[in-house]
Amino acid sequence: MNDQSITYREALKTAISEAMRSDERVFLMGEDVGNYGGCYAVSKGLSDEFGADRVIDTPLSESGFVGAGIGAAMGGMRPIVEVMTVNFSLLALDQIVNNAATLRHMSGNQIGIPLVIRMATGAGKQLAAQHSHSLENWYAHVPGIKVLVPSTVADARYMLAMALADPDPVILFEHVMLYNESAAIPAPKDCPDMHQAVVRKSGNDISLITYGGSLSKTLEAAKELDSHGISAEVIDLRCLRPLDTHTLYQSVEKTHRVLVVDEGWRTGSLAAEICALIAEDCFWSLDAPPSRICSKEVPIPYPQHLERAATPQVAQVVEAAMKLLNREVPA
Amino acid sequence: MKILTMPSFGADMAKGSIVKWNVKPGDHVSKGDIVASIETMKGLIDMEVYDEGTITKLVAVEGEELEIGRPIAELQLTNEESSNNKPEQIPTDAALPSVETITTQVVNLSGKQDKEDKKTPNISNIPDHSELKPKPQIPKISPAARFRAKELGIDWRQLAQGNGPNGALQLNDINAVYEMHPEPQESPSDLMRQAIASTVSRSKRDIPHYYLQLDMLLDNAVRWLREHNADLPPNKRILINAVIYSAIARALTSFPAFNGFYRDGHYESSDSVHLGNAISLRQGGLMVAAIHDAQHLGLIEMMEKITDQVNRARKGGLRMSEMQEATVTVSNLGDRGSDSIQSIILPPQVAIFGIGRQRTVPWIVDNTVSCASIVSMSLAADHRVSDGHLGARLLNKINKYLQKPETLI
Repeated sequence: MNDQSITYREALKTAISEAMRSDERVFLMGEDVGNYGGCYAVSKGLSDEFGADRVIDTPLSESGFVGAGIGAAMGGMRPIVEVMTVNFSLLALDQIVNNAATLRHMSGNQIGIPLVIRMATGAGKQLAAQHSHSLENWYAHVPGIKVLVPSTVADARYMLAMALADPDPVILFEHVMLYNESAAIPAPKDCPDMHQAVVRKSGNDISLITYGGSLSKTLEAAKELDSHGISAEVIDLRCLRPLDTHTLYQSVEKTHRVLVVDEGWRTGSLAAEICALIAEDCFWSLDAPPSRICSKEVPIPYPQHLERAATPQVAQVVEAAMKLLNREVPA
Repeated sequence: MKILTMPSFGADMAKGSIVKWNVKPGDHVSKGDIVASIETMKGLIDMEVYDEGTITKLVAVEGEELEIGRPIAELQLTNEESSNNKPEQIPTDAALPSVETITTQVVNLSGKQDKEDKKTPNISNIPDHSELKPKPQIPKISPAARFRAKELGIDWRQLAQGNGPNGALQLNDINAVYEMHPEPQESPSDLMRQAIASTVSRSKRDIPHYYLQLDMLLDNAVRWLREHNADLPPNKRILINAVIYSAIARALTSFPAFNGFYRDGHYESSDSVHLGNAISLRQGGLMVAAIHDAQHLGLIEMMEKITDQVNRARKGGLRMSEMQEATVTVSNLGDRGSDSIQSIILPPQVAIFGIGRQRTVPWIVDNTVSCASIVSMSLAADHRVSDGHLGARLLNKINKYLQKPETLI
């Protein structure tokens, strides 16, 4: 890679250090974020620059340090709390769902929680069933929080500042397979408003709706579909709550077909919600049933071939799209 | 149980489509409630119910185009709600033999003809359904294809299977049909033109019209209106039309031979005057809206009725009863247009009045010429029902009322 490109990981780090430099209320805390530099090395080197007071290693107690982050936010700080993976965040679910998401409501709009929680999500690194799940949808279910999924280097670089500027709790999901992805150094204009879904590739025959770690697979599938003469539009949701339905509906009204690619489990998935919304609101534009590719309904397996088999892959997306267009699936 | 069907808003309407349901199953309705908006070639019409009861089922979906008389909803009437009445049969394509038991009726209502389902002993007396015409196979269709077919005026129910999964029709299939037989698309105004053409042709073919015309002095009415309107804001003022319409409605009460319907070879006069007002639409064409019980309306009410109806006719939102029930019609060219108009009767009515523009003419009274404001009113009437002599008396009666506008208020 030449000097002009950075990785997703570096983009995140740049975003954090920029925020800490420009606003002294911002600090980072989490397990091993200081000396160790973060379990995915996002915060490596930050404690040298900002010191142990602003890059805080916490005990292994998600409920405790997420709760501390909520308290700090109430007290006027702008904390960035890192939780190692979404699987572990379940220990902090009470703090997030019962406190962070509700306090503005419970206080009659007197108290807001301007808190940003970052967590890793997704499969692909052979970390097995306790570190690999995609539970973003559980948070997208909860009113009172916003759920962002930066899936490009540009989003990793510039979404954090938008999240910090929000007066309410925002959760950022970083797919583990994205950290090593690299791209040319992005400009702020490459990252539209965090609430917007973005058309990553435009097309006319089918709308492929996805987010996070599935975006690159879906773009690859779209490329393959192109070679079969099918023009697929790829939409990156970016914000899972609130959903930018306008962009989705505009696309479906053009293509008349929709396939959602979501690494979450199929039952009760975000993909299910999107299909339901489209069936409700775009019914008369649909030329085929709204469909989805999700993970198999098993705990994500450890062996690599099974991990691949359990999660959405390019070939599946191509096959499902071809089927929706009544095309023979190539052998 | 009452089956609500696609209503007819005129003898030449064949189909209508439900644009919007205003009720859902379980809703209670009373007489006069608007249950649906229906798109016809005459525009958007509000459909009313004539009974009190509970909507139990919507048979037609929004957007669906149906021939008149087709069932669109089921209404459980209030006065039969507790009793165990047999449901009325829904007409289907196949002429179903009459059935005795509730069970068999249920089977028939659902249109089920699948013999495997009928092995239960209590319905063993079902007539042999093999005598029935098989129900035509209606293809599956995607929502988008259905929508496009409607746009293109393609009757997809007549198409064979499509190329989609399980033979479903999809957009491509509909587009292909359209490309093979591109029919010129008929706009709503074309359809309305056709409807008007068909009505007036029938009228001229079937009805022996005779025509009378009388010039009527408006000076009294104009003077009276000027005084009445002097201190009123523009929207409260009464216009000359209202006076003319009221005079016609009052006069008709003593001339029943001009107010009613001629159907199947005999004439039936109407007890009340439902005065049809022919309204020209901006997009072209015209529609007739009934001013109900016009003989009882004072001038102020008459004016309000006319204004309100013209507005609703042009926007869409006339009620079904306003569309169907006119017993006589007035065609008024207003300030524009010509000195007089000889109109064509709208069957099954038997008379139509034509109002020319108000104009100033030299008028001779007692060998003296003076300026007078007049209107020429024509009457076209059905000679099968009335004669010219009677028609002339009617026009003179109207003229009498016009000279005494204060009696109409």
